Amino acid sequence: MRLSPDAMIFWQVGFLKLNATIVFTWGLMLVLAVGAKLITRKLSTDLNRSRWQNLLEIVVTAIEKQIEEVGLSQPRKYLGFLGTLFLFVAVSALFTVFPGFEPPTGSLSTTTALALCVLVAVPLFGIEGRGVGGYLKSYMEPTVIMLPFNLISEVSRTLALAVRLFGNMMSGAMIIGILLSITPFVFPIVMTLLGLLTGMVQAYIFFILATVYIAAATQIRKPEPTS
Amino acid sequence: MLIDWFTVAAQVINFLILVWLLKRFLYKPILDAIDEREKRIAAELADADAKKAEAKAERDEFQHKNETFEQQRATLLEQAVDAAKAERQRLLDEARQAADALSAKRMEALDKDSHNLSQAIRGRTQEEVFAIARKTLADLASASLEERMAEVFTRRLRELDEQAKDTLGQSLKTAAEPALVRSAFDLPEAQRAAIQNALNETFSADIAIRFETAPELVGGIELGTNGQKLAWSIVEYLTSLENGVEELLKAQSRPEAEPKPKPEPPKPEATNS
Repeated sequence: MRLSPDAMIFWQVGFLKLNATIVFTWGLMLVLAVGAKLITRKLSTDLNRSRWQNLLEIVVTAIEKQIEEVGLSQPRKYLGFLGTLFLFVAVSALFTVFPGFEPPTGSLSTTTALALCVLVAVPLFGIEGRGVGGYLKSYMEPTVIMLPFNLISEVSRTLALAVRLFGNMMSGAMIIGILLSITPFVFPIVMTLLGLLTGMVQAYIFFILATVYIAAATQIRKPEPTS
Repeated sequence: MLIDWFTVAAQVINFLILVWLLKRFLYKPILDAIDEREKRIAAELADADAKKAEAKAERDEFQHKNETFEQQRATLLEQAVDAAKAERQRLLDEARQAADALSAKRMEALDKDSHNLSQAIRGRTQEEVFAIARKTLADLASASLEERMAEVFTRRLRELDEQAKDTLGQSLKTAAEPALVRSAFDLPEAQRAAIQNALNETFSADIAIRFETAPELVGGIELGTNGQKLAWSIVEYLTSLENGVEELLKAQSRPEAEPKPKPEPPKPEATNS
């Protein structure tokens, strides 16, 4: 039983290897970049525009609005990082409808990589927003005694991010795999639908948590309690 | 171990590349397009607002102009009405004046007609009277009318009252020039002699006279000297008749309720003037 697409190795030379996770990630990157390039090639600025452009505008403006609603007053600054997090997770979940596709987010390596990116991005945005002193001071709030707990929370939430996404995505793929061997017809489709829903919810959760962390780190007054 | 650290590193790099790619190809162009459109819509809205404001300004101006126009129209109408009234009054006055003038003219024409008529009647009457008198006299006597006139004249001369005779005689005797006897026609020698005799006898003096023909007398004889006059002529009768006829015409031009006065019959008279 294969728990992770990491185990599917196509090519390996010593330390370097090309497993399914990396290959499917590249595939996703290619689809996203080429699709975006194709659609945005002929953007119209007047009131008549193509359906694809409408779709992308809806997606982008929805993400922007979500970021703003969480409390970041300049959503465009964070749109690149947070939007890509959401899109990557959502599209990899969405592509599970294609048979043979292994979502890269079903690999703990990928989710760990994403969680590490969040772990690094939060202090970077925090320092950018409040300065080094201001950001470091936030670890000692409300009192100095809270410093170790804040540090533990910082690490644990990163771990939680990675494991939560991995667990959900992996379990979805796993359930479908098990069901296919038990009831090959109809029922796996229902589970695939359920898996799509879970994937979307997970993408939203991952994205919104990252946003909340960044918002908490950048807000000067009333820093929100982190999970 | 589920975590392959090489894969983690590769995925981190992959993710960063994806962030860059999506920023480059997705977010930036889409957001730019949205911004552009919003800017355009804002511009269009601003333009629409500006046009609205302009339209409102124009509407206000139009309303103002309309009001001004209405006022002007009312004023002009009022002026026109006044002018029309004045013109009407003027025309009425003119018409009245014209009617008055016409009436005066007609009155004048009527007067002229009546005058002409009276002239005609006068001439006709004179002729008629003369003809009737001549015929009557011719029928009545063997002598001619002229003879009878001379006779009448001489008889009147003789029948003058004393005072008139004295005055006339005095005048005749003291006159430097010979007395003038005017008659409507040439008197025959016999009549001239008779008149000479009658004068001589009446005033007991040799009176120098001069004869002259005056057709305007119509018929009759007139003796004039030094401001004194003794006359008998048809003109006097005619003048009397004329006065009567004129009175009759005047009476006709007056309201018809008045009874027509009858012309007075002519009276022979000797006047001293």
